[in-house]
Amino acid sequence: MIELLKLSKQYGDFTAVNAIDLVVPRGELFGFLGPNGAGKTTTLRMIAGILKPTSGTIRVAGVDMTADPITAKSKLGFIPDRPFIYEKLTGAEFLRFVAGLYDQRGDEIEHRARELLALFDLEEWRDELVESYSHGMRQKLIISSAFVHRPEVIVVDEPMVGLDPKAARILKDLFREYTHRGHTIIFSTHTLEVAESLCDRLAIIVNGRIKAYGTMSDLRRDLQGGEKGLEEIFLRLTGENAARNLVDVLDA
Amino acid sequence: MPEPGARGTGEQPLAGALGRRSGSQPVVGVLPDPPLLHLLLPKWLTARARSMQGEKGRGARFAILGVTGFLFWAFIFGVLFRLLTYFRGVQEIGQLLAGKLLGLILLGFTSILLLSNVITALSSFFLAKDLDMLVAGPVDWLKLYGAKLLETVIASSWMVLLVSVPMFSAYGLVYDGGWFFPLLVAGLMLPMFIIPAVVGSAVTLTLVNVFPARRTRDILSVIAVLTAGGIVLLFRLIRPEQLARPEGFRNLVDFIAVLRTPTSPLLPSEWVQKATMGYLNGEPDWLAMYLLWTTAAAAVVLGALLHRWLYLTGFSKAQESAQRFVKSGGALLALGNRLLAPFGTLRRELVLKELRLFFRDTTQWSQLILLAVLVVVYVFNIKYLPLRGEGITFFLVNVVPFLNLVLAGFVLASIAARFIFPGVSLEGRTLWLLRSSPMRVRDLLWAKFWVGTTPLLLLAVSIVGVTDYLLQVSDFMFFVSVISITMLTFALSGLAIGFGTMFPQFETENAAQIPTSFGGLLYMMASVVVIGGVVVLEAVPVYDYLSAKLAGREADPTQMVFWFSMAALLCITATVLPIRIALTRLEAVER
Repeated sequence: MIELLKLSKQYGDFTAVNAIDLVVPRGELFGFLGPNGAGKTTTLRMIAGILKPTSGTIRVAGVDMTADPITAKSKLGFIPDRPFIYEKLTGAEFLRFVAGLYDQRGDEIEHRARELLALFDLEEWRDELVESYSHGMRQKLIISSAFVHRPEVIVVDEPMVGLDPKAARILKDLFREYTHRGHTIIFSTHTLEVAESLCDRLAIIVNGRIKAYGTMSDLRRDLQGGEKGLEEIFLRLTGENAARNLVDVLDA
Repeated sequence: MPEPGARGTGEQPLAGALGRRSGSQPVVGVLPDPPLLHLLLPKWLTARARSMQGEKGRGARFAILGVTGFLFWAFIFGVLFRLLTYFRGVQEIGQLLAGKLLGLILLGFTSILLLSNVITALSSFFLAKDLDMLVAGPVDWLKLYGAKLLETVIASSWMVLLVSVPMFSAYGLVYDGGWFFPLLVAGLMLPMFIIPAVVGSAVTLTLVNVFPARRTRDILSVIAVLTAGGIVLLFRLIRPEQLARPEGFRNLVDFIAVLRTPTSPLLPSEWVQKATMGYLNGEPDWLAMYLLWTTAAAAVVLGALLHRWLYLTGFSKAQESAQRFVKSGGALLALGNRLLAPFGTLRRELVLKELRLFFRDTTQWSQLILLAVLVVVYVFNIKYLPLRGEGITFFLVNVVPFLNLVLAGFVLASIAARFIFPGVSLEGRTLWLLRSSPMRVRDLLWAKFWVGTTPLLLLAVSIVGVTDYLLQVSDFMFFVSVISITMLTFALSGLAIGFGTMFPQFETENAAQIPTSFGGLLYMMASVVVIGGVVVLEAVPVYDYLSAKLAGREADPTQMVFWFSMAALLCITATVLPIRIALTRLEAVER
């Protein structure tokens, strides 16, 4: 469903993403982990068609993003980490607008929008301008907008930021159910517990390269991690001397 | 049992580290008190970093800005220098006229400063991003007030300061002010900038305590625009040009009496005028200087007291958002839906979104009021042009409507700069949505083009139609004017979209600042070139036609077709080419 072949992205001399190969099949919930600045957001924004790769190929549902971006984008929904949306539209108008971007309208969309808003407790806010929404409410609205046109693939950057525990739980259930229905979701997160409990497979990216890749069992086996949890595996891959540095910093 | 704080994350427990105190810890009993200038340090560092950035084309940018700024200064200086030299040569009333003119200009400055300070104070005191940190920090209220007031003064007065330089230079040179004159002016203008800043901040502080900040911004934009419109209308009704025609008065004594009457004796502008003209006429008025500085000092003290009393309540209230319940639907929306249905769901939604965003943003649509006032003033000026009577030739009557085209073009270019140019920049924060959706960038640009062009076209044809009717032009000139302004409207919209995309201001939150950017300046320059080009190209056939008509013969149709086609070609190129370039640029944007 999502295929990345030798995908790279350079900003001047800096290589943000370095020849990544990744395949996420249909119906999979895939977690993308890594420290800050590792290249997660850049990769996800390239998959979403927002950033152009310096080299390599992205295929979404078999369609090449560079060769046929419109068809590829028609098959995906994107949820960014920062909830910037039109302040002067209401929640309902925003969902209608997003559906319109995918050439969808009518009673079915209205019904789906109502259901999504109700799911995230935004029903009473549907006719309020977005400018009066809190950070978490905006995030919920953007999440709803990614589902309103029923894309085959959803790309999510940091889905849990700003969500209350109930919404976080709903989102996890929604992701799970959506992938059970044959759709694909790839998401980045710093919440390792969520990644461990939710994802079918994971990738850990460090300095633009994938350091580890597979199911939790694959990661444990490859890194000889025994019964260790994802946090230990993550820290081993991304720098385990953090505690000593902390002591140095506090003493300074 | 481990002692508190002993929860280590590595091999070494952290308790030791956390327990140790370094020498830089604050002394118990002495509260931290960052100085006022420290609070402004981030602004200064940001400005310095911006000026040091070696981005591409920066040299050319500075050169263009420098040349434009110099030309602007030279123009103001030149006009005033000639006028003041003329005044100086007029016995008795020359000095009075120069003083009256200065008083009027300074009164205008005071109004602009006051309005500008009210609006700027809302951002600097209540909506700025650094406020959370400053209010939460151990910052003394007086220092916060001082820092923010200074920020407000600088942000709202720099433009007036820039215009003041050539103006006072002209006064100083014509009236032989000498080396002390610039120092005197600096000493006079400083309190003149401070007083409106304190008053403006106090007005904003009071308003924010009554309404939430976001609602206050809406109210302020409407008030500001209404006031600005009122000032323009009032100025028009006073007809200051009458002062230059003493024959309109019963006798010279009446005229001198009018000139001697202070425009506004209680305003700082009058004090600055008195002190300046007093010095230039060899009779220094130190009372005016004294009044200015004592008023400024008293205003700062009173402003600070008001700040101490109301600021925290106001700041807390400013965190509230203006919740607004918006009804979807309605007859207008239904009509819009029906009219746009043939264009498909995507284009319809894009156009509807543009319209909703525009009409719900008070800071945007409130400018329309000012625009309406300007258009009325423009039409009235045309109406009162003395185009009938002795000495008015056939050519003059027909040339004026042609020049009217140029003026209407400038008005349209300014409107397009205000409403169409910022369109792409305002998408900056939501570009992720548009770029990740299966929407062609072309559709977005064309939606913006048509939403901007349609009302602009209606306005253009109305202005030219009405003014041509008032001027009683010939059918030929009417036809030429209407067709030309239609083509120009498309060209100006295309240029606005093009330049707006080529020089986007994606990070800005204030739509009003976008037209004043470098790209906005280039857009206005390009518009002037296109308007000038069209007028020059059309001048040939129009002159031929009028000459032929005056001589009682037929004009050469081949010549006319050629030159009008060239003008049309210029307009079509100015419409299509910038949009094409914009398309390529926007497709390459990565955000």
